[in-house]
Amino acid sequence: MPFIANTDADRREMLAAIGCASLDQLWDKANVPAPTSDFSMLPSGRSEYEVAKHLTHLASKNATELVCFLGMGYYDHFVPAAVSEILGRSGFYTAYTPYQAEASQGTLQAIFEWQTAICRLTGMDVANASLYDGGTAVFEAMVMALRSTQRRHVVLASAVSPIFREMLKCYSANLDCRITTVPTDDERSNQDALLAAVDDDTACVIVQYPNAFGTIEDWTACVAAIKARGALAVCASYPTALAVVKTPGECGFDIVIGEGQPLGMPLSFGGPYLGYMCTTSKLMRKMPGRIAGQAKDASGRTGYVLTLQAREQHIRRAQAMSNICSNENLCALCALSYMTLMGKQGLIEVAELCMAKARYALDVLSSIRGVRRVGSQPFFNEFVLELPVDAAEVSGRMVEKGFAAGFPLGRYYPERQNQLLVSVTEKRTHEEIKGFANSLEAVLWS
Amino acid sequence: MELIFNQGAAGRRGVRLPKCDVRPFTASDLPASLRRGAPAALPEVSELEAVRHYTLLSRLNMGVDTQFYPLGSCTMKYNPKINERMAALPGFANQHPLLSQLRKGGSLCQGSLEVLYETERMLSALMGFAATTLQPMAGANGELTSVMMFAAYHKARGDQRRTVMLIPDAAHGTNPASAAMAGFDCREIASNADGDVDLDALRAALGDDVAGIMLTCPNTLGFFDKNVEKVVELVHQAGGLAYCDGANFNAIVGRVRPGDLGFDAMHVNVHKTFSTPHGGGGPGAGPVGVSEKLVPFLPKSRVVKHADGSYSLAYDYPQSIGYIAPFYGNFGILLRTYTYLTMCGREGCKRISENAVLNANYIRARLAPYYEQKFTRYCMHECVLSARPQTRFGVHALDIAKALLDAGFHAPTIYFPLIIPEALMIEPTETESKEMLDRFCDAMIDIAKKAESDPEAIKRCPLTMPIGRLDEVSAARQPVLTARPCC
Repeated sequence: MPFIANTDADRREMLAAIGCASLDQLWDKANVPAPTSDFSMLPSGRSEYEVAKHLTHLASKNATELVCFLGMGYYDHFVPAAVSEILGRSGFYTAYTPYQAEASQGTLQAIFEWQTAICRLTGMDVANASLYDGGTAVFEAMVMALRSTQRRHVVLASAVSPIFREMLKCYSANLDCRITTVPTDDERSNQDALLAAVDDDTACVIVQYPNAFGTIEDWTACVAAIKARGALAVCASYPTALAVVKTPGECGFDIVIGEGQPLGMPLSFGGPYLGYMCTTSKLMRKMPGRIAGQAKDASGRTGYVLTLQAREQHIRRAQAMSNICSNENLCALCALSYMTLMGKQGLIEVAELCMAKARYALDVLSSIRGVRRVGSQPFFNEFVLELPVDAAEVSGRMVEKGFAAGFPLGRYYPERQNQLLVSVTEKRTHEEIKGFANSLEAVLWS
Repeated sequence: MELIFNQGAAGRRGVRLPKCDVRPFTASDLPASLRRGAPAALPEVSELEAVRHYTLLSRLNMGVDTQFYPLGSCTMKYNPKINERMAALPGFANQHPLLSQLRKGGSLCQGSLEVLYETERMLSALMGFAATTLQPMAGANGELTSVMMFAAYHKARGDQRRTVMLIPDAAHGTNPASAAMAGFDCREIASNADGDVDLDALRAALGDDVAGIMLTCPNTLGFFDKNVEKVVELVHQAGGLAYCDGANFNAIVGRVRPGDLGFDAMHVNVHKTFSTPHGGGGPGAGPVGVSEKLVPFLPKSRVVKHADGSYSLAYDYPQSIGYIAPFYGNFGILLRTYTYLTMCGREGCKRISENAVLNANYIRARLAPYYEQKFTRYCMHECVLSARPQTRFGVHALDIAKALLDAGFHAPTIYFPLIIPEALMIEPTETESKEMLDRFCDAMIDIAKKAESDPEAIKRCPLTMPIGRLDEVSAARQPVLTARPCC
């Protein structure tokens, strides 16, 4: 058996040292019950070579040649090679939670840099070390708002990702709170209706920016009105867009969370991804999760430690801000190294390329007979198309032509059966977009 | 080290992006009122500067690849390199999760679905349960999933009185925190003089308000509770459910199946038992196995296998607690789990627990003369010692931890479990050699001796690390959580 160093001779020597004649006797002395299964339903072990061959075969059964126009919070962005090389440094990936600060300065400084980078991107004051994913980040933000305001009502825009909303419903099933979901107005979030739903017991209003349909809206006035009523304004955001659009900080949001996958993580069939959370200095001590802070040692040198730990489960137990123990540390490092490599100008270029290509895609797709854009608001890199027929049917046929043509919205919004959410990243070329349009036209009309 | 934000120069670039082959973005594409004021002050460095910075940072960490890392309860075993390579295969890494939700999308993801299905099947077999969900994204997330299913189970039976979760005093902090997040009140159960659950205390705590118990097995003291089956039976008799915190599953994998002991649910941390990397604190995965009666409440979606050998995702489970993860759990981590499990097979799993338990008992025996053991029992995969004898010389568990860093070892877990004063929780794992265990024990014995002869020297440690002991109190009082603006 590989990965185990002990030889039979080692085991004999060690058993003698602990006063046992055999391994079975050790199990007995440790009060472990006799096995109740022979595990015959499990296969025998295989060599690394055989396993690699098996997995390579399985990977080849997945379709990977499709040109991707799928998004909805999870995007096919370009990732520089250096990112995975940095993540592959064993000092990072074979270490654990930095409890021993002196032996973990690499991880701690990286968390501190991540907190800085995501705050600068969102325009917020403080951030934590990360959460599991965007959906759990929305839930943690909601719990944080319930706790800080001591109120029990949550207003949720239906233009928040339906994936996040489903998770929120699951996680809050046993909590003492009620959630009002406010329908959208075309592809906008319907700010008036959101405000109208706010009452004296409203802890927070949760919106998405750009919203689930790709629309960019100015939230500044709405946020001010939400706060005037004593509720917190919470924003889920697509981090790449924030390189160019007005920041949630500039809009006045209290808590900004979101899915960090677009910052350098592979799509990897659903995870691991990255939940990020930023807030104001005022709410800092209400944040869940790990946080790194600067500190000095006895000789005045600057280092980093896990700080404000009195909020956490290992100290507070049932009264902790959350049950979260680890973060998604390597994913936060991934996002940090991605943002470092892209840099100040590069991330803006990524965002601008996304916007330019999405606008080109909209031009050619909406010029197809029977296809029109839903709504007319400014958008980032996603837009909704109304098709003359069922969008699920069309996207199924587009797969046969080599395109993951977008996401049919009917699955989550029954009234949008003919609508397709199309996402365009900087990786899509003029030729791919043109090919997409030609194939869509063929599927619809020939 | 200098922060990345203070390196580089204005205008310096790390990456060149593809040329824009469509009409470029112009200011008129986005109204001025929707544009951000100033660009985000992200680093401006070359690729080399970025790579060198993070490579140097990585060298400031201790990791399993460079040091023995006996961090109790965390199971810092070796992470086989093939795991990483398999997770990076483009066929897996480049798949958009929504692909499977397109019409006939399942046919595009048969390889991934097979990995999920087979991983579930193997985990169910190892844990002794009817079914397993791979959705939870970490151990604590698996705990929460389990107790949420308990809540759904009682609710489905119309039993609304059960609002209390029983939790032994030696439990990880995540247990009460997870119970609270699922809406339960916690009731603590004392441990007895042997470190097991006190059955009288348990009987006194049971009643028709009890939804269940969260029991770590083997427990956090590193023992196999002699009464575990009795505990489960008593809770069941009172109408409650029993959840096994599988944080220590690596001590019994391939030998004991918690499902066979009567548990209704259990999570396993794949980074502990199944060799996925800890990543400095995630990402992990926390699959949950359940007995027959909880199957209807499992999270969505679930992978099903059809008669023709194909796989698909199924969503039609009206009693399901819903969506714990956005898609199918932390797939990239589960791939590593599958790779490792396939290599280990049934014989290998047994070897894991045998050698983990042997290694821990060997350390326990060697260090017994030098450190206190509150309970003199054979332990499982970890041994909990106490530095109480050393406190006579003013040396505490924290000081011993720091002295170990200078000796070239990562420190054990300290001050946990809370019921052991001055706890030093040592977990060697099965992947370390006897020579390494001996070197570590020698260092621990040296430190014990020095604590007596020169306690001040121990209290000055560490001296060889990149930084000395940091002032955590000031850091929490006046927190600096982000870099100050550079200009």
